Amino acid sequence: MIDKRKVIPRRTFIAGLASSAGLTLAGCGETEPPTYGNLLRMGDWVTYKAHRLLLPEQALAREYDLGDISAMPATGTVNPGDDQQTFFDPVHGPEFSRVQSSGFDDWRITVEGSVDRPGVFSLQDLQKMPSRTHITRHTCEEGWSAIAQWTGVPLSTVLYACGMQSQARYVWFHAYDSWIDSIDMNDALHPQTILAYGMNGRQLPLSHGAPLRLRVERQIGYKSMKYLRKIVVTDNFADGGESVHIDDGWSWYNGI
Amino acid sequence: MKEDVVVLEATTDGEGHRRWVRISHWVIALSIITLGISGVFILAVHPRLYWGEVGNDLVPAILEIPILANHRPEGWQRTVDFTEVSQSAFSANRMYPIFNQNGWARSLHFLAAWFFLLAGLIYALAGFISGHAKRSLLPKRGDFSLASLKKDVLEHVKPRAGAIGAGPPYGIVQRISYGIVLYVAMPLMVITGLAMAPAITAALPILLDIFGGFQSARTVHFFSFSVLLLFFVVHVTMVFITGFGRQMRAMTLGK
Repeated sequence: MIDKRKVIPRRTFIAGLASSAGLTLAGCGETEPPTYGNLLRMGDWVTYKAHRLLLPEQALAREYDLGDISAMPATGTVNPGDDQQTFFDPVHGPEFSRVQSSGFDDWRITVEGSVDRPGVFSLQDLQKMPSRTHITRHTCEEGWSAIAQWTGVPLSTVLYACGMQSQARYVWFHAYDSWIDSIDMNDALHPQTILAYGMNGRQLPLSHGAPLRLRVERQIGYKSMKYLRKIVVTDNFADGGESVHIDDGWSWYNGI
Repeated sequence: MKEDVVVLEATTDGEGHRRWVRISHWVIALSIITLGISGVFILAVHPRLYWGEVGNDLVPAILEIPILANHRPEGWQRTVDFTEVSQSAFSANRMYPIFNQNGWARSLHFLAAWFFLLAGLIYALAGFISGHAKRSLLPKRGDFSLASLKKDVLEHVKPRAGAIGAGPPYGIVQRISYGIVLYVAMPLMVITGLAMAPAITAALPILLDIFGGFQSARTVHFFSFSVLLLFFVVHVTMVFITGFGRQMRAMTLGK
């Protein structure tokens, strides 16, 4: 399942260096995460490129034993259906409450974009696919950490099942709590990147992202999005909409 | 390049600083100030320190730093056990907003870290090649004897006539503190910083083994920072005591 395509050829590294120096790349349809002329984003960009150049593509994050599983706080959104929470989405919040009341039987995730066969999957569909279970450390940007066991289907399995096209570069995730974020192909095809429906041997609890969350084990916790509803494969670094403040907000790449 | 003359009793006249020392001094100084300020903001988001791999609001800390009240044990809702064994691993929902400026603080921290790393590497390499590190910065063999330490400490307390010279040769206490800062604390900051990066520890898990886990590395990062902060305070104080204008001239113009 390991994709041997080099995600970041040296040529784009040099082109990107020029763009981060302020020489600007084309306004839309960028293949690289843009820096928006923002000094902090340029620093993030250098870190991202350095990691992709220097670190082995498929290195696995450390995995732990059952006895290492720890207490884990639920922060950020703990229920997307709760209209009092900060990231409540007036469209998808109530929809979440509806699928939640069916025990997530009515829940579906769509996979679209640069795929030959866009798909709609129920929880059972995903659970029938080959699964992966690992015990890893969740590292939050706030500074705390926790160890938990995650069970799910490798994202690469789902992407290949949908016939992901060879020119695809990014995978975008849309969540019920209005959150939108993306990862590059290096992380998307990484063996530990899974769509998790199980946590610590049980069904994924609501406050940890039920029914389905992403696990990106080589990045900081907030990249492992909860409450997924849609996956979009893109060729370019498409803007994720107004809820993604990459230009003036948080770093897009967080391997640190 | 002229051969440096080691003047043992140069109490009034120093050699001054070479250009590469001056440039790297200021790049490193600015990046450390930036790292320090952004680091305090980052720490303030979760001012609790732990040992091992795991540390969060639901487990005991080894040290709580009284910066901000981001830790509120009463602000958590619904403790739920993950397993049949009660309280072995559990979860709870955080029900209060916390102070968090990490969006810019983290990116600024890592941006400054790049400057620190590059200037630090150049400085260390140049110091090694030129012999500056061995000749002027690092403690020498006899430095740790009680008699010479005592003499140097007394030198520091004695009132002086006039300003002291800038640059090497440095006193014993000065060499020991430069040695600790440059060859222990600063490299530790880099290594513990890398040990907190999930992508880097995936490639180099030894970084976690060295310190015994992510949270241990974070704790060592904090104490190492404390050493640098102490050095910074004493260093700046000494610059003022020994003649601010003269020292600044020496570290900028070289004279």
